[in-house]
Amino acid sequence: MEAFLHQVLSGLATGGIYASLALALVMIYRSTSHINFAQGEMAMFSTYLAWSLINAGVPYWWAFLLTVAISFVAGIVIERVIIRPVEHAPVLSIITVFIALLVIFNSVAGWIFTYTIKTFPSPFPEQPLFGNRFISSHELGAIGITLAVLVMLYLFFRFTPLGLAMRAAAQNPVSSRLVGVRVGWMLALGWGLAAAVGSVAGMLVAPIVYLEPNMMSGVLLYAFAAALVGGIDNPFGAVLGGFVVGILENLVGAYVIGTELKLTVALVLIIGVLLVKPTGLFGKVFVTRV
Amino acid sequence: MALLEVSGLHAGYSAADILRGVAFTVEQDGITTVLGANGAGKTTLLRAVSGMVRRQGSVRFDGRPIETLTTEAIARLGIAHVPDGRGTFFDFTTEENLRIGAYTRKDRHAVARDFDRVYTYFPRLKERRHQQAGTLSGGEQQMLAIARALMLSPRLLLLDEPSFGLAPLVVQDIFRIMRSINAEEGVSVLLVEQNAVLALDLADHAYLLETGEVVMSGSADTIRSNETVRRAYLGY
Repeated sequence: MEAFLHQVLSGLATGGIYASLALALVMIYRSTSHINFAQGEMAMFSTYLAWSLINAGVPYWWAFLLTVAISFVAGIVIERVIIRPVEHAPVLSIITVFIALLVIFNSVAGWIFTYTIKTFPSPFPEQPLFGNRFISSHELGAIGITLAVLVMLYLFFRFTPLGLAMRAAAQNPVSSRLVGVRVGWMLALGWGLAAAVGSVAGMLVAPIVYLEPNMMSGVLLYAFAAALVGGIDNPFGAVLGGFVVGILENLVGAYVIGTELKLTVALVLIIGVLLVKPTGLFGKVFVTRV
Repeated sequence: MALLEVSGLHAGYSAADILRGVAFTVEQDGITTVLGANGAGKTTLLRAVSGMVRRQGSVRFDGRPIETLTTEAIARLGIAHVPDGRGTFFDFTTEENLRIGAYTRKDRHAVARDFDRVYTYFPRLKERRHQQAGTLSGGEQQMLAIARALMLSPRLLLLDEPSFGLAPLVVQDIFRIMRSINAEEGVSVLLVEQNAVLALDLADHAYLLETGEVVMSGSADTIRSNETVRRAYLGY
């Protein structure tokens, strides 16, 4: 029972990280109907940035905040400079651009930082918090940070005028322009937010999977699975899907197929959802009367 | 001076022009209507004013050329467009639809006053404040579209066939409210309509559009009493 509880709780921790990255995917998908395949590599690059800052002597939390801020700006710049020119291109061209971004980030990271695996510090103490035996402090801290990020995003989108405008731009760009919303900038802001959220996911997962240029490939697969399980256009679904995938991954890995084959869980989920219920658990049910 | 002055306007979607050298004006505080059959170019004309389609020619708002501005920038000048199909944000509540209408405005108090004001014009919307806009009836969505446009605090309101697909009683209601909005809020109106009887009743000036060209213009009374218009558009 103790081992089981441990698996579930640690699944919650990684699940929160998948949820963040899945949310980043969903944010861009909702406004453009494209999946940003480079989301994971962008997060990896952000994590290297944090690592460099920490190595240069910047205290952890300052490095954390700086990385989030820089990633936000970088996300906006990538949208403006690289994505915007191909905005109206056919879908396959856009996918090619995304994959090119993935490869470029991956190899540039390898070129600058080498492919040697590095350790990435956790801001949380090594001893478990509150003397519990089920969950490490880093996992508990990761859950806390993820929840804080999710709550902040929710409040932003729900209650601020800018959040409303971003939702409006994603939902009905034509009408949004007619009320004066600068739709192009809303898309860029979405990229910035997605990059910022992704950077948090990267920094939280790095102490677990270690820092190297390919560290996000597995995580991104789980995030895809999470987004699909929840319904690719539903942010709440993505978050829930993240936690579900995290727990499922741990339980199946521990009790069914062993840790070596854990990643198959994500693939099976992706294929399963696409085959059985492509809209996921909370995919769009469109209610309208004419 | 005219609030909106359009001349030599060519506009269209791809290669071919839908509008071919159209000229018209909307007077300050006036209601101008553009009548025409299906495919005459009425919707394109409003889209050209709002910068939603490729266009050429001169469009002046309050003396200022706007034919090169983006749609967002034109909206921010105070031109509110109630689009063809109503442009409802289906996933938003009624209230969120109105909030997004006031997005560009900074003065919170004035926005709060305008919320009260549009709810006075459209009490139905107040009742349905927290309802998802996609579940509103067609008439309610049309009211919402007009209310959303008013939340911009516009000087000019562009209305694209507000009567489309609605029951006659609802249409009359909407036109009655439009008249009082024009009178009380000092909002000038450019209305394009297929329903010529209603439109001429509301407007003080009218233009007749046929296959992308203005073929007749004058005061609403003159147009109404014209023999050809009567037979072709008024049906008596």
